[in-house]
Amino acid sequence: MNEIDKKIILKTEGLSKHYGGVKALDNADFTLKNGEHIAIVGDNGAGKSTFIRQITGVEIPTSGKIFFDGNLVNFKTPSDAKNAGIEAVYQNLALADDLDVPSNIFLGQEETYFNLGPFSFLNAKKMYDKSIEVLSKTGIKIPDINIAMSNMSGGQRQCVAISRSAGFASKLIIMDEPTAALGVQETEQVENIIKNLKDRGIPLIMISHNLRQVFDLVDKIWVFRQGKIVGSVDATTTNSNEVVSLITGIQQKVGEEASFI
Amino acid sequence: MNKNVNNFKANYKKLPPEFNIFLVLLGLALLFEILGWIFIGQSFVANKRRLIIMILQVSVIGIIAVGVTQVIIMAGIDLSGGSLVALSAIVAASLAQNSSYTKAVYPHLTDLPFIIPVLAGIACGLFAGFLSGNIIARTGIPPFIATLGMLVSARGASTWYNNGMPVSFLNDDFIALGQGAWPVVIFLSVAALFHILMRYTKYGKHTYAIGSNEEAARVAGINITRHKIIVYSIAGGLAGLAGVVTAARAMSAQAGMGMMYELDAIAAAVIGGTSLFGGRGRIAGTLFGVLILGVITSGFVFLRIDAYYQEMVKGAIIVGAVVVDQIRYKKKNTKDKDI
Ligand SMILES: Nc1ncnc2c1ncn2[C@@H]1O[C@H](COP(=O)(O)OP(=O)(O)OP(=O)(O)O)[C@@H](O)[C@H]1O
Ligand SMILES: [Mg+2]
Repeated sequence: MNEIDKKIILKTEGLSKHYGGVKALDNADFTLKNGEHIAIVGDNGAGKSTFIRQITGVEIPTSGKIFFDGNLVNFKTPSDAKNAGIEAVYQNLALADDLDVPSNIFLGQEETYFNLGPFSFLNAKKMYDKSIEVLSKTGIKIPDINIAMSNMSGGQRQCVAISRSAGFASKLIIMDEPTAALGVQETEQVENIIKNLKDRGIPLIMISHNLRQVFDLVDKIWVFRQGKIVGSVDATTTNSNEVVSLITGIQQKVGEEASFI
Repeated sequence: MNKNVNNFKANYKKLPPEFNIFLVLLGLALLFEILGWIFIGQSFVANKRRLIIMILQVSVIGIIAVGVTQVIIMAGIDLSGGSLVALSAIVAASLAQNSSYTKAVYPHLTDLPFIIPVLAGIACGLFAGFLSGNIIARTGIPPFIATLGMLVSARGASTWYNNGMPVSFLNDDFIALGQGAWPVVIFLSVAALFHILMRYTKYGKHTYAIGSNEEAARVAGINITRHKIIVYSIAGGLAGLAGVVTAARAMSAQAGMGMMYELDAIAAAVIGGTSLFGGRGRIAGTLFGVLILGVITSGFVFLRIDAYYQEMVKGAIIVGAVVVDQIRYKKKNTKDKDI
C-alpha cells in the first residue's frame, strides 16, 4: 500500500452524544482509511445510528472531535457535511412522501437551467433521465417514477434513498441498514453498488445486522455495545463467533454457531 | 398488486387534480341557476354584471390566498392576512393622498407617484411576514401562535397609525388600481406567477419538501430556516398587495379593513385541495377555491338570503373540505404501514 491509500479520511476522538441521562454514544474513537469499507454492527440501541448522526451534521455531538479529510470539522447542519463530501442513507430513509422519485433523488441538489438562486427553474427532464439511470443500477423496478413516494413499496423506497446517496457520493458514503427492506435480488444489486463504490475507491460505512453481508462486503468490522465501541476486527481474519461475542459481550461456546446468521 | 396501484395512478394522473374542484364549482353554479329560476325567475349565470362583481369581490381574498396556499403547503399556517390588509392599506393610502386635501397624514408627502404607496404597502406586509417567518423559523413557536400574534398586533398598529381615523382623498393614479378589471388582473397575474414558481422552480420543490417531511428536507441540505422566512415574507407581501388593492378600490383606508379575510383565504386554499398536513396542494386549486367562495357569496345575495346563512354554509363547506383531506391523508398513511 502506498501513502495515499493509508491516508485517514475520517477519525473521531472521544465522540459522545448524551440525550439527557442516556449515553447513546460514549467516547467513541474511530478511524476510517481512504478507500476502506467498514461495517458497524451491534444490537438494537447500541448507538450505531447515533454515531452516524453526529458525523453527518444531523445532530451536534455532546463532546469529542471529528476529523474529516485531514481537517477538524464542526458540522452544524447536514448541508455542511454534504458540502464536505459526505452522503448518507438514513435508517428512516428521509424521503419526502408527497414528492415523486426524481424530486427525492435530487432533493437539495436539483438540476436547474440557469441560476436564479431559490427561483432557479428545474431541469425536470435531466433529473428524470438521471434518476432512471441511477435506479437501474439498483435493479429495482418502479413502473412510474413520476408518482408520489407514498405509493411505493418498502424496497422501492430504500432503492430511491440508496440511489440518491450513491449518485452523489464524493468522499464518503454512509448507509444505515441499506438492505433491511429488500428482496434477495435487490439486495444483491445493492451489494453490487457497494462493490462498485469499492472499485471507485469511495470509502463506505455500512450499518448492518446481516453478518453474512458484512463478511462478504467489508474490510473491517467495528462493534458497538451500549453506546461504546467494544472492538474492531479485520473481516478476513475474524469469524462470526468472535463478532457475536463482541456484540453480546458473552463468550460463545466453542463449536456453537451464532444463532442468527 | 402494487403494479396495479401504480398503473391506476398513472392513468388517473392524466386528469388535472383540479378537476374535482371544478366539478364542485360547476355543481354550485348549477344549483344557484336552478334555484334562481324557481324562486327569482331569472338566470344566475347569464348575468355578466353579477359575474364581474363576483370575481372583483374575491380578487382581494384571492391575492391573500395565493400566499396562504404556499404557507399551508409548507405545513404552516398564516392567520395574519386580514390584519396586514388593513395595515398595508392605511400605510399605502397615507402616501397616496392628494395635495388638495389640507389635513393629509403627511402634508409634505402628497401627490407622490403611485408606485411609492404601492411599494410601501407591499413592503409593509413583506416586513410583517419576514418578522413572523423569523419568529417561526428561529424560535420554533408554532406558526398558528406566531401569526395569531401578528393578527392582533397588525390590527393594533393600523389603528395606532392614524389614531383610528380613516385615510382618504387619494390620488387618481392610485385609485385606478382598484377600478375596472385591475384587481382581477392583479390577482390572476399573481396566481399565474406563483403557480409557475411552485411547480417549476427550486423554491416550489423545497416548499413541498418541507411540508411533506421537514426532517428529510433538512438532511437533504435544504436551509429550512431561510426557506420558511422567504415563504412567510412572500405571504406577507401578498397580503400587503391585497391591502393596496383594497385601499384603491375603496378610495380610502381604515383600520377595520380586511376583517376575517385570512379565514376566507385559508378556506379558499383548503377547498382548492391544499392539505392542512402540508406537502400537497396547488395554486390552480386555490383559484377554484376562491371562485367557489365567490359563487356562494354571490349566489346567496342573488337569492336574497340573509348573510348569516351564507356564513353557515361556508363554514360547512370548509369543514367538508378538511374532512375530505383527512380521509385522503389517512388512506395514504395506512398504505405506508402495510409495507
Ligand atoms: N433523540 C433521542 N432522544 C433520546 N434517546 C435517544 C434518541 N435517539 C436515540 N436515543 C437512544 O439512544 C440509544 C441508541 O440509539 P440508536 O438509534 O443509535 O441505536 P442503533 O444502534 O442504531 O439501533 P438499531 O439497530 O435498532 O437501529 C437508544 O437507547 C435510543 O433509545
Ligand atoms: Mg439504528
